[in-house]
Amino acid sequence: MSKLSLRGVTRRFGSVTAVEAFDLELQSGEFVSLLGPSGCGKTTTLRMIAGFLAPSEGTIEMDGQVISSPASSLPPEKRGMSMIFQSYAIWPNMTVAENVAFGLEVRRRPRAEIRTRVDEILDVVQMKALAARYPQELSGGQQQRVALARAIVVQPAVLLLDEPLSNLDANLREEMRYEIRRLHDEFRITTIYVTHDQAEAMVTSDRIAVMNGGRVEQVDAPRALYARPRTRFVAGFIGRTNFLDGEVRGATVAFDGFAIETARFTDPAALRGTVSFSLRPQSVALHAAAPAASDRTALILGRVVQRAYLGEHWDYAVRPDGGALRLRVTARPHEVFEVDARVWLELDPRQMAPIE
Amino acid sequence: MINPLARLLWTSFQHPDTGAFTLENYAAAYGRWRYIDALINSVVVGLAAALACVVFGVPMAWAVSRTDMPAKGLVWAAILGTFIMPNYLGAVAWILLAGPNAGWLNRAYMGITGAAAGPFNVYTMTGLVLVIACYSFPYMFVFTRSALDLVSSEMEDAASTLGAGIVRTTLRVTLPLVLPAILGAFIVEFLEAIALFGTPALIALPGRFQVITTTLWQMFEFPPKLQVAAAYSMPLLLITVFLFWLQYRIIARKGFVALTGKGGERRLVRLGPWRWVLLGYCLFVTSLSFFLPMLVVLQAAFAKAWGRGFSLDNLTLRNIRFVLVDQPATRTATYNTFLYAAAASLIALVLALAIAYIVARRLVPMARALSYVAMAPFVIPGIVLAIGFYAAYTAKPLVLYGTAWILILAFATRFLPIAYTNSDAAIRAINPELEDAARILGGGRFLTLRRVVGPLLKRGLAGAFILVFIPATRELSSAIFLYTTGTQVLSVLLFDKSDEGNFELLSSMGLILVVVTVALILVGFRLVGRDFLLRRTAS
Repeated sequence: MSKLSLRGVTRRFGSVTAVEAFDLELQSGEFVSLLGPSGCGKTTTLRMIAGFLAPSEGTIEMDGQVISSPASSLPPEKRGMSMIFQSYAIWPNMTVAENVAFGLEVRRRPRAEIRTRVDEILDVVQMKALAARYPQELSGGQQQRVALARAIVVQPAVLLLDEPLSNLDANLREEMRYEIRRLHDEFRITTIYVTHDQAEAMVTSDRIAVMNGGRVEQVDAPRALYARPRTRFVAGFIGRTNFLDGEVRGATVAFDGFAIETARFTDPAALRGTVSFSLRPQSVALHAAAPAASDRTALILGRVVQRAYLGEHWDYAVRPDGGALRLRVTARPHEVFEVDARVWLELDPRQMAPIE
Repeated sequence: MINPLARLLWTSFQHPDTGAFTLENYAAAYGRWRYIDALINSVVVGLAAALACVVFGVPMAWAVSRTDMPAKGLVWAAILGTFIMPNYLGAVAWILLAGPNAGWLNRAYMGITGAAAGPFNVYTMTGLVLVIACYSFPYMFVFTRSALDLVSSEMEDAASTLGAGIVRTTLRVTLPLVLPAILGAFIVEFLEAIALFGTPALIALPGRFQVITTTLWQMFEFPPKLQVAAAYSMPLLLITVFLFWLQYRIIARKGFVALTGKGGERRLVRLGPWRWVLLGYCLFVTSLSFFLPMLVVLQAAFAKAWGRGFSLDNLTLRNIRFVLVDQPATRTATYNTFLYAAAASLIALVLALAIAYIVARRLVPMARALSYVAMAPFVIPGIVLAIGFYAAYTAKPLVLYGTAWILILAFATRFLPIAYTNSDAAIRAINPELEDAARILGGGRFLTLRRVVGPLLKRGLAGAFILVFIPATRELSSAIFLYTTGTQVLSVLLFDKSDEGNFELLSSMGLILVVVTVALILVGFRLVGRDFLLRRTAS
């Protein structure tokens, strides 16, 4: 049985639909991110799971019990979850230790137990030395650690994180991504993580749900999401990509300026009518002279129209002959081509992901 | 709040004996030349006083905000002092200063020139206008100054690089940028002036002319013509509501970066020798509004007879003791003043806090409407509110007239907007995520309020309490209609005693109010910070 399941969850504000028909199953101990641009409904979804908002349609179940439905919603304080907020929401009127102890006090744990557990968790997040400080005396990263400790110490059924790193500077943000994953590996708390930063989602998550315009576009593990995006939005949002639009004509797919035999694609039977593919820039190889033909790859002659050296790699734009298409290609630093040079593009059709 | 206003409107159409619907009251209210004359006087006084406020307040605001004028602290303190003086105490002081013949200024003039009579007479239209302006220009100063504080020097630099000098830059760039603030303040000053009761009653009545508020008051002399008064107060109410709406529109208009822009870099304008001229002007105005009046009030409060001047053998503590200890009426009034003000502040604050919280967290549908109700008393002149209260609570089902409650409730209603703006600001400053965090960890709504919201609000609310308490201790215009024997407060008593001509006693009572106010403000400074009093919270 899954820990948490969202079935057809919809939320409307007046005439605006913020979240539409959201379906998601979380296994116990799983870490799932909700990833999407701002305004895509990810925070609304999280707040419905937390119980701050009731869904307009659909239900949310935890351990098989309905906790949210349009008719009735369990209030947040009865859900046994905890949440980390964008602002950290560390109470300024309490010390670090008092902040962390709050959830345990509410649960009426014995005083001695509270003390040991607060000590332990502050140790885990490396904040033990600062237990008596007030939040105003802490840096952003330290406040973040207090928020984590406060949320984890109660051993919540589900941990919710709402863009927890967006207020930190870049270096700290990268460090905290790994910290969050480390804590998850240690405590195995079922976690939902809202972010607009794909790198954050990829570092921390077992699975990522990509959202756009209130809808879920795709739910997959980070690698699958990158290699096999199913929609144009997902392909463009996760990493950089080229979009290739073509038309199936008999045994070939005709693109702008070149054609590839259908047999070379992963699933030839599925190709019919007009088709679109996402092709990652690093899935294309560049050659000065025609390489040996193979039955796996397709070869296309083109011309370099733009280039930029970025240190770790080259960024080329190549126009295949006879078309207006511009393909972005990344190449290793020693693969140098001048602008206007003639090049052979070698690509593997099985790495072209068909998208809707 | 709603009940008194509805009653007011209803009463204005009611026949005094039969209770039937009638327009007679309106005919009675506007049928006499005397009443129309008072209306016109009010408008003239309001316009002239607001204009005088511009003349007083704007140059001072510019001097303090944008120039290198010396002794800014002194000027600022004097303006604060002006603000602290109840306007009717200012009026009393000006009677001492510029009363015909016996006033200090006249005596000084006669002493210097040897003339037989002094040129000053406070009991005139000009006197009334100047005294009102003296005690309301701090609003103009605060509005203009906070707008000026937001004008970046870069705006002025942009004009200077194009070849404009200081004068031209100030007139063409700086002033237009703050013009909406000045206009807004002008409207507020006008409304203040026409709704004022104390100063006109002290100056206009002996001067044998009338304004709206004094006319309304006379309608309540026995037998009270409640219905006519209700009808007569309608224009005051309508003008006020309309002008506040207008002021809101002016302030809200886009395109004036001065009200929205970031501070940017700010440099002070170097005035050279002119800065002494400007300082002279500031000190002249504050002398009129604060230094001279305070001096004569202090003298009178501690004098056996104020006319005998500043000699040591004229000093006595008798007046103060008389007010606080000997005389039962003043003793009760002192006690009532602070008791009612405290009760009213508490009620207003609790109500305001509840409304602000409900509005901010959208706990009920249509919560915004509640906030308008909380702010509405702001646009209702105190005197109109009082007549409404009188109409609503002298008859069944709820008879409060004659009890302290009618005063307390009237005060609480009148100052609810102050309590509301402050509560609202305090609650807005609390990130809702702080509450969400407590709830998701298992704390119910009540526990969250107690453990998180309450502690965070404490300081802000102490400030708000003081800001309601201070005007509530000195409120005259609504108290004058609602008090009865036994429920007098200092402001009412002060006004009552004014026709006895015992200025030593009046000054003492006024001084007690001032001293308490100063003490409270010092507490406020400590709690909330130096700018808590003269912030632009009015709009």
